[in-house]
Amino acid sequence: MNIIVFAENQDGAFKKSSFEAVSYAAQIAAAHGGQVTAVSIGTVAAEKLAELGNYGADAILNYTDAVFNQFTGEAYSKALSHAAKNKGADLIIISNTYSGKMVAPRVAAKLNAGMVSGVISMPETSNGFKVKRMVFSGKSFAEVAINTSIKVLSITPNSFSIVENPKSPSVETMDAGLSTSDVKTQTIEVARATGKIPLTEAELVVSGGRGMKGPENWHLIETLADTLGAATACSKPVSDIHWRPHSEHVGQTGITIKPNLYIAIGISGAIQHLAGVSSSKVIVAINKDPEAPFFKAADYGIVGDAFEVLPKIIEAAKAFKSAS
Amino acid sequence: MKILVCISQVPDTTTKVTFTDNNTKFNTQGVQFIINPYDELALTRALEITEKQGGTVSAITVGLADTEPSIRKALAIGAHDAIRINAEPIDGFFVAEQIANYAKNEGFDLIFTGRESIDYNGGMVAGLLGEMLNIPSVNVITAIEIENGVAQLERDIDGGREKLTATLPCVVSAQKELTEPRIPNMRGIMAARTKPLKVVEPNGSQANTQTTSFELPAPKGACKLIDVADAGKLIDLLHNEAKVI
Repeated sequence: MNIIVFAENQDGAFKKSSFEAVSYAAQIAAAHGGQVTAVSIGTVAAEKLAELGNYGADAILNYTDAVFNQFTGEAYSKALSHAAKNKGADLIIISNTYSGKMVAPRVAAKLNAGMVSGVISMPETSNGFKVKRMVFSGKSFAEVAINTSIKVLSITPNSFSIVENPKSPSVETMDAGLSTSDVKTQTIEVARATGKIPLTEAELVVSGGRGMKGPENWHLIETLADTLGAATACSKPVSDIHWRPHSEHVGQTGITIKPNLYIAIGISGAIQHLAGVSSSKVIVAINKDPEAPFFKAADYGIVGDAFEVLPKIIEAAKAFKSAS
Repeated sequence: MKILVCISQVPDTTTKVTFTDNNTKFNTQGVQFIINPYDELALTRALEITEKQGGTVSAITVGLADTEPSIRKALAIGAHDAIRINAEPIDGFFVAEQIANYAKNEGFDLIFTGRESIDYNGGMVAGLLGEMLNIPSVNVITAIEIENGVAQLERDIDGGREKLTATLPCVVSAQKELTEPRIPNMRGIMAARTKPLKVVEPNGSQANTQTTSFELPAPKGACKLIDVADAGKLIDLLHNEAKVI
């Protein structure tokens, strides 16, 4: 299989999810033969580009034209489909980040490819080409077969390890034949919280519910999160009453996440909330109600008042961090 | 302003998901179906835009006759007319192709979808439609205003928010925060009965993917309880036993 991987960068540095995607592609190539070509779009320094070789990229195609200085679904999908045609690719791997979600379907439509989003398994090829994905917002999994000769997979961040597999990829600068006037979307302003870990990519997440009693108590959640290097999240009621921004709402109608650790504080564990977090590797529930449904979904539980429990955990976390 | 809103019918969020036929089919028995919550936001925002600037809102769904209550509800909420493409929505590509086939000669200025459906979570119809109709597509928008033929948008990005513009026509997918969903009133429900609902036969495209089986997550083992007095021990367990920190 000839594989194209979208190596997404943010401000010139590749994202962790991009290395996951390259590692994923390299493992498919190792099992089935073929070449892995990482596609970098926008301005990335040569030494940063070389990092893609650490995870098994055989070749790098570098799209650096001015039209790529801003992220647009139109231009980035054009570059990826251009790269796919250039390499005769039959598999395109894109991480299912917000940008990936914008680009992947347009690539699929350009290449008339079958596409599966939110993939959480390596392809199974003993009988056709099948992958697993989460459905019903995490309440279950589905196995999906792709029938087309060219396939697009968008893989769920945090689902695959980054695997060292050093290669010395060639780097080729490419021209997709696109000019700025071809693009009909225009970025005006990008605002990112600096120093905060994006929830969708976080390996550790600390989350609060109505049991936190009010936004003025969120410093406890934030202190624990900062100490552990975790992102913060919240339940739907909390975002509905504007204690926290909607972007932090995890659950069936919010974000579905898959961190290594999810600590839920003062969240009862309604079915809609569990749907968004049940794929977390380890779940901790802290709730004063021993009957809270979250305890049935959790690996560790503390039945107690958040305001009594949290300071103890924060203290232990600080001691742990200063010792390590 | 001529707006198209894509509606998908999904199981209510409280549904306990089970499967039949050797785990190959979703068990619809006793399941209540609703309009996908993100599509409802899209519809409401589309109505707000036409109420301010004039225009019409059409609702479209790809589904068999059993999806008619949802499309009628879209009319009750305020859509001016509705289209049902009479086919099983096999995958995102199929759905997008059907809608693109319908939309290509209708001259819509703006097409809304939800961010994703809460059942299959594909999240790909907006992008597919954009490409198939050769117009811009912008995902997960949290704000939209139309000024002089240009959509002023805000969208979620990884770790933040982006402001951008897109020229019309374009496709946008609705994220939470876009607006508050509207509940149909009695007048709307009565009016919906006489609003036009057009049934269109599918345009023989084939699905590129096929769901072959479903699987429920493995049940969790027993939860290990820690005493409040020893709450700090949690950190030790997460490090030495669970090995996640």
